[in-house]
Amino acid sequence: MTYAIEGNTGRWTVVVGLEVHAQVVSESKLFSGASACYGGEPNDQVSLVDAAFPGLLPVINAHCVEQAVRTGLGLRARINRHSVFARKNYFYADLPQGYQISQFDKPIVGEGHLVLDMPDGSSRTVGIERLHLEQDAGKSIHDQVPGASLIDLNRAGIALMEIVSHPDLRAPDEAGAYLRKLRSILRYLGTCDGNMEEGSLRCDVNVSVRREGEEGLRTRCEIKNVNSVRFVMQAIEVEARRQVEVWESGGEVLQETRLFDPSRGETRSMRSKEHAHDYRYFPDPDLLPLELDEEFISKVRATLPELPDEKKERFIADYGLTPYDASVLVVDQANADFFEEVAKDRDGKLAANWVINNLFGALSKAGLSLAESPVTSGALGRLLDLMTSDVINGRIAKDVFEIMMETGAEAEAIVEERGLRQVTDTGAIEAAIDEVIAANPDKVEEVRSGKDKLLGWFVGQVMKGTGGKANPAVVNDLLRKKILG
Amino acid sequence: MTVLTDLTLVEARDGLAKGDFTAVELTEAHIRAMEASRALGAYITETPEQALEQARQSDARRATGTVGLMEGLPVALKDLFCTKGVRTTAASRMLENFVPPYDSTVGRNLARAGAVTLGKTNLDEFAMGSSNRTSFFGPAVNPWKRTGDDAALAPGGSSGGSAAAVAGRIALAATGTDTGGSIRQPAAFCGIVGLKPTYGRCSRRGIIAFASSLDQAGPMTRSVKDAALMLSAMAGHDPLDSTSAPVEVPNFENALTGDIRGLRVGVPREYRADGLDPEVSALWDRGVEMLRDAGAEVVEVSLPHTDHALATYYILSSAEASSNLARYDGVRYGLRVEGKTLDEMYSRTRGAGFGPEVQRRILIGTYALSAGFYDAYYLKAQRVRRLITRDFLEAFGSVDVLLTPTTPTPAFALDEEPTDPLTLYLNDVFTVPTSLAGLPALSMPAGLSGQGLPLGLQLVGRHFQEETLLNAALVLERACAFSGAPMFAGKEV
Repeated sequence: MTYAIEGNTGRWTVVVGLEVHAQVVSESKLFSGASACYGGEPNDQVSLVDAAFPGLLPVINAHCVEQAVRTGLGLRARINRHSVFARKNYFYADLPQGYQISQFDKPIVGEGHLVLDMPDGSSRTVGIERLHLEQDAGKSIHDQVPGASLIDLNRAGIALMEIVSHPDLRAPDEAGAYLRKLRSILRYLGTCDGNMEEGSLRCDVNVSVRREGEEGLRTRCEIKNVNSVRFVMQAIEVEARRQVEVWESGGEVLQETRLFDPSRGETRSMRSKEHAHDYRYFPDPDLLPLELDEEFISKVRATLPELPDEKKERFIADYGLTPYDASVLVVDQANADFFEEVAKDRDGKLAANWVINNLFGALSKAGLSLAESPVTSGALGRLLDLMTSDVINGRIAKDVFEIMMETGAEAEAIVEERGLRQVTDTGAIEAAIDEVIAANPDKVEEVRSGKDKLLGWFVGQVMKGTGGKANPAVVNDLLRKKILG
Repeated sequence: MTVLTDLTLVEARDGLAKGDFTAVELTEAHIRAMEASRALGAYITETPEQALEQARQSDARRATGTVGLMEGLPVALKDLFCTKGVRTTAASRMLENFVPPYDSTVGRNLARAGAVTLGKTNLDEFAMGSSNRTSFFGPAVNPWKRTGDDAALAPGGSSGGSAAAVAGRIALAATGTDTGGSIRQPAAFCGIVGLKPTYGRCSRRGIIAFASSLDQAGPMTRSVKDAALMLSAMAGHDPLDSTSAPVEVPNFENALTGDIRGLRVGVPREYRADGLDPEVSALWDRGVEMLRDAGAEVVEVSLPHTDHALATYYILSSAEASSNLARYDGVRYGLRVEGKTLDEMYSRTRGAGFGPEVQRRILIGTYALSAGFYDAYYLKAQRVRRLITRDFLEAFGSVDVLLTPTTPTPAFALDEEPTDPLTLYLNDVFTVPTSLAGLPALSMPAGLSGQGLPLGLQLVGRHFQEETLLNAALVLERACAFSGAPMFAGKEV
């Protein structure tokens, strides 16, 4: 089903491209030795280079270059052996140099792609146009001192990767899936922590609409700095609706920068035309072109981890998982590792089922992260072992798991302590069955006269009588024999 | 009695070594000369106390046997070199009270070599100019005068204060910076030696930027040997300047053999333009003869794109300047003129802080980079720059150095300065092409004009072959036997 907006004059589809600014994981800034850590007192992490003191010069941080190459390789993208830093000139109080050092026509990374995992288990490939390195600006604070603005340059000069997608996205949930997938890859690579709340991953959204079946693109608007996956999806929805209304009322969508206001659920224009910037890009004469050799690129390539897509394929092939379960497990490397520890020498499907449905469910209910889980992968694995070796049945296992979550105790200890071992002793089960049959002669008659479904009721009663510990298969067998002969 | 301020760097170094005088005595002599010569306007900021303290420390070091290349030698720094704790103005109102918390790498190299710093010399505002007239603090004055004429002459620019100080005997030597001729033209006007090294030879860190791809620091001295000595102390790779070249620094003084037999000297045909001052032309011919007499082979060469150099230079240098000077916005340091809005603060600050020439270049540069004009101006200028560089590299296929005049005319009077900026820019016609090509070039006094003013000849060398350049200059220096001294020359009171 394609996403579409029902207008007054017909159906409209949406075209979306994303520009993601990802803060590079690095000790120091892109062109200075100042700390690039989050937080700190205002203006505590600022070198004289960051503050653009006269005569001081930028020097490229080699680690940031490696991180960009690593990310490019992770996005299956072309690494440009020759790239150039350029100055993007504009005046703003929190931009000390009066220009941002960025990359313009020669970025470090060229065309790549990313595979979306949709909830129905299907996949879709989205093109990446480029990735380039650039400096972040500082922060202006306008509301602390009346009549004055305060400037915090801690962020000024921190390395960002701008990752630009092709306008290949066709629905809000595809944009959401793109962002989640990109974040997952960046985290696997260790090149960006993906933390949207702290601003280490920020997103500009380009949106346009067109009539269903229409070729070509209409004017797009850019929604700046949207800071959560949910807001990105909402922003696309409301902006697309706004544009449809503009077109349908005979107006024209203007190419402009807009801001998403989540509290009002609307976008609004940010910059008037008079302030349209001419950035006067030109190659930064303080920096030499960046030349990378094949050996360096190969070295980085050799240290790449297994990435989500490969891991997903392997989980499907090796553990027999469904594409959907596999894609859920590989989003986060820690989740995937946890699953593999549980699944080792066990039934992969069973392990996936327990990790996804029971463990993740319980953790999210308790508001805990995987790292904080009271149940370790080893403990969960041993619980599954008790089940597969018929020491306990599935129902009891769920109870045991709940106790494990609460107490952190081992499954076996819980089973022993509470006497939850499965009853397979037919004598004990038969006694329980006889009791139920004796108490319900009319129901027995009904079953015998063909009401098979009532058999399930009997199973339930017997299980109750045995405190849930009876082996359900044995109960079933014996009941059939006793009632139906 | 030896007048200490008349010594060359090398003579003073040797005198200190022999114990003829101390660094303190040498420095005191210069401080007295500095006080007596304030009419020259050579210094923006004098630092006599700091100089004496440095001299005392130098004498103490010498007593323990530690002697750097420039040990105890009092020099001046162009006020474009940042100095820790000493205000650094770029001769601009914008930085009138700016005190950097750091030293330039070149300044630090000199200090490590034992040099004593007398103060900060005058210049054209942000190094933009060829006369010193654009200095916010008023121009430095050329210590030379025409015979029988009292008119104050321009020392040239932008390193005019350094040239006036060295020629006027109020510093043994000084640093300059050269973007399109800012060391060589004032050296020629003031009758001293000025060396612009290969781009990348000296670190640009801590030197206030004009045009990053062209700016290069170099020595301004009273002899070729002095230039060699001082360059050895200034140069060196600096990891904090990405455009600084990771090449070895030879001891340039040791390369001065005085033997240029077999050296091939090129004379570029295109530099003999119509309207070249006949005196300048004749001096050039004499220079050619002197080198030939010393055993050099002289060859005519062609640099076909010379005509486009000035336009190319003014587009590229202004484009870079427009961006380099964006940081002077009144927000963090330097002048701030408040306004009701941020934009108003910017325009008031920059309107008041920058003089007309700086504003003109920012406008030219902004225009050259703006959408719709970038290809026609900036990009085309970049292409022409490559062609000009290729011209030189081809010429250097058949010759080792080039010999040209430094300037089309001798120094002009400060009040005769052409008001049309285009005519003024013509002053740089012989110096700009080598800057665009990043080549090392040296200007040296080679004779006097009919009016008694010094005239300079320029030698241009291959990239990183300052040694060849200096050696040829030494030969020329000996042959010229330039002995003129300016009227106003650091008379001790």
